Amino acid sequence: MPTKRELLDLHFMDARCKLIDLAAFLDRIERHPGEADFRFDALVKALPLLLSENPGRARAVLEALSDPSTDPIPAATIQGAFGAPRA
Amino acid sequence: MRYIEPHAHMVSRTTDDYQKLALAGCEAICEPAFWAGFDRSSPQGFHDYYRQLTEYEPKRAAKFGIPHFCWLCINPKEAEDPVFAREVMALLPEFLDKPTVLGIGEIGLNKNTRNELAIFCEHVQLAADRDLPILIHTPHLEDKLKGTRLILDALADFPTLDRGKIVIDHVEEHTVAQVLDAGYWAGMTLYPESKCTPDRAIDILETHERERLWLNSACDWGVSDPLAVVKCGLAMKRRGHDAAAVDGVLFGNPRRFLEQCPNFKLP
Repeated sequence: MPTKRELLDLHFMDARCKLIDLAAFLDRIERHPGEADFRFDALVKALPLLLSENPGRARAVLEALSDPSTDPIPAATIQGAFGAPRA
Repeated sequence: MRYIEPHAHMVSRTTDDYQKLALAGCEAICEPAFWAGFDRSSPQGFHDYYRQLTEYEPKRAAKFGIPHFCWLCINPKEAEDPVFAREVMALLPEFLDKPTVLGIGEIGLNKNTRNELAIFCEHVQLAADRDLPILIHTPHLEDKLKGTRLILDALADFPTLDRGKIVIDHVEEHTVAQVLDAGYWAGMTLYPESKCTPDRAIDILETHERERLWLNSACDWGVSDPLAVVKCGLAMKRRGHDAAAVDGVLFGNPRRFLEQCPNFKLP
């Protein structure tokens, strides 16, 4: 198994790039007109999960961005998905 | 490196992609029936599609030395109208005995509706009646967790099914454990934006029992990469996995599952 140092050598620049991209995305949404929607709210709500001291952060983020209901819906009104549940 | 692409929608890809797959070491392609990016307006449209999957694509792949197999069904995205879905399902017996058909798939759920669930269960019954393996699609994005739970609950109502002959696809970190714990195989789809990235898929391989996991590109008409599986194999090597481990995940695992399909034969 690779060491932490070896994994950092492999993945740090990629993670750094994605973190800065996310920060820039938050800035971009903020400076443009109009109202943000449920997708943005869900994303912001999930951000603190990254700072958890427990493993399973990716799973926690995915769960936070999932429809929490349990019963089948009566009928489909669309075919696609948005990436976050409507509040 | 040799590998099997267990889930690719080649009807949406160019012939150049077959050449790339052959050059990359692909030893077999399996193509589940799915939505082709546009709703078909009649059962006849599906009849043509099933002919394409069972007659035309195997010939196109053979030009590059790659065996091509397929799974058949009506996909959940076009199964919301149960009358239409059953008309399409009535076509399946004409094709299920074709020599490159592996089983029923990719069935599943899309928006987690009652009608999708009913048609899913009818497909499972069809597979059970014919003792065929099943490939299951789990929904996209925010619908995946709920849909996976609904699918697992529905499968539990078929207690005589051989769980080892069912693969539940498109798992991610929040669904993989429940699929494996229930005794099924799990597929990880490598997509640039949604589903798994190569590094996340390798994380899952490192933290779960990998004997019932496979990788696929699910390359189709959308944002996807037909070489995603072999690129993930390279990423495994960079992460320190030896050649045997890479071969086991990219070739050995899918071969072990697929050899349960009577029609799956490698040259």
